[in-house]
Amino acid sequence: MADTMELRDIEVWDGNMAASQALRQAQVDVVAAYPITPSTPIVENYAGFKANDYVDGEFVMTESEHGAMSCCIGAAAAGGRVATATSSQGFALMVETLYSASGMRLPIVLNVVNRALGAPLNVNGDHSDMYLGRDSGWIQLDAYCPQEAYDMNFIAFRVSEDHDVRLPAIVNQDGFMTSHTAQGVKTLSDETAYKFVGEYKPMNDMLDLDHPVTHGVQTEEDWHFEHKARQHHALMTVVIPKIEAAFADFEKLTGRKYNIVETYNMEDAEVAVVCMGTSVETAREVAVEMREQHGIKAGVVGIRVFRPWPLQQIAAVLSNVAAVGLLDRSSPHGAMGTLYNEVSGALFNTDTKAVLTNYIYGLGGRDLTKAHLTAIFKELKANADAGKPTTPLQQYIGLRGPKLSFF
Amino acid sequence: MLEIRWHSRAGQGAVTGAKGLADVVSTTGKHVQAFAFYGSAKRGAAMTAYNRVDDKVILNHEKYMSPDYVLVIDPALVYVADITANEKENTTYIITTHLSTEELIASQPKLAGRKVYTVDCIKISQETIGKAIPNTPMLGALMKVSGMYDMEFFKENMMRVLKKLPQKIIDANMIAIQRAYDEVK
Repeated sequence: MADTMELRDIEVWDGNMAASQALRQAQVDVVAAYPITPSTPIVENYAGFKANDYVDGEFVMTESEHGAMSCCIGAAAAGGRVATATSSQGFALMVETLYSASGMRLPIVLNVVNRALGAPLNVNGDHSDMYLGRDSGWIQLDAYCPQEAYDMNFIAFRVSEDHDVRLPAIVNQDGFMTSHTAQGVKTLSDETAYKFVGEYKPMNDMLDLDHPVTHGVQTEEDWHFEHKARQHHALMTVVIPKIEAAFADFEKLTGRKYNIVETYNMEDAEVAVVCMGTSVETAREVAVEMREQHGIKAGVVGIRVFRPWPLQQIAAVLSNVAAVGLLDRSSPHGAMGTLYNEVSGALFNTDTKAVLTNYIYGLGGRDLTKAHLTAIFKELKANADAGKPTTPLQQYIGLRGPKLSFF
Repeated sequence: MLEIRWHSRAGQGAVTGAKGLADVVSTTGKHVQAFAFYGSAKRGAAMTAYNRVDDKVILNHEKYMSPDYVLVIDPALVYVADITANEKENTTYIITTHLSTEELIASQPKLAGRKVYTVDCIKISQETIGKAIPNTPMLGALMKVSGMYDMEFFKENMMRVLKKLPQKIIDANMIAIQRAYDEVK
């Protein structure tokens, strides 16, 4: 039986420690991992907990990220609670197996500490890996700070393992800006945390030898489409209500309230930015300053659930704004940014006539400063006043050299 | 909001120092943030670490900082790093050096007219802990210069932060912290 760890009510943890502590408290049966910056400390801390008898489950050090996720798939199919962590190129190497995990309907929790994808090699934070996993069939939650990296892991286990869901879940956090930034984290006791996540309930587990099952089968044109449709159906209809229920229970337990789409100062906002990760929090602070110092009714929308994409919730929270800036922290490489495209899609068939513009920022960990956000809000205000874009549709923010923009 | 920037070389413990400070401050009910720029992540490379302290939840995640305190824990960085970057009128500098404050300013004229304090954290850590880990003594100097906390309260909490280390090392750190507190000028 694992030892209980006594935690203070508030611990000063970085995002990585917060995630490892959540994995420990969930008492995962198998963590199979291969280390990569900046997510390494998650599994490093976890292995330390295991070595010091705070964990009953197995820890498997694999030969690659492909091997790590393959091992997680095997362990999940066998019937255990399973989790791991990765970043960037490691996530890229996992991609093939990510599709296997979701297609086989295996609940696995993957902490992705978001980092740029090379070349050029870069260990710092952006959302390239998060975006790479967009169509992989995983639930994707996003944390904006260490507290949320802790909390979202509990939500992820709860939703992913629900027998009506049975889909793997990613918890994203910003590389370095969250993963290596220590802040106060309000903790749950080991008992309370485990009770929230609940005892793992196997389903079609391969180790149930009295009820033999086959996992990972081949289906050609006769059944493949139906399987994929069923997977998509679960993501589109079941997952959001389950996340909402988990958020409601979590609020009852902790007082911390989360939403599918987070809104700040949006009640009367004329202009808004939509973003993810730590940028949401910095933007919140700037939005308040825009109101107090510049007389601009600014608001912020944070994407908490990136997959399944909460199309209706997004449309609802943006229904009354005149101009929206969509902030993508990933190079779109030949297109408009993902948030621009997906938010446009959410608003197109509505009565909203908001002016939408796209900002590409923060690649490879480039700082998003409050000054950048102030300039963006001022441009959005000009768009709102003009009723049309007064800037190019896509602009690069914080780039050295001549201003880069398109369309 | 109180903001602190550390200048260090990777391996000298600036990140541990910044996180340790955040931990102690957090026990008083204030909100904290501690982070670093790792740069090329090579031992010995110049790097910076940061603290933010506020009465309300800290939402700002920008790396840009106009610091209230600049803590330099490697003597040579005064000459090779941009330690006055984004300074404000009343930024206070606490610098590890074997020089006196006057000698230091004479050797680095851009510090002229600034609030500069000096203390030899390298020597103190070598004589107490047994190696050049100048992070904890710098915190002792910061307590003296800033008057942030009572020394007994600070040391008590640092003992908790360092509790995983052998008792001998913890004791040596406490002496180092006290010496820097007493010696900073």
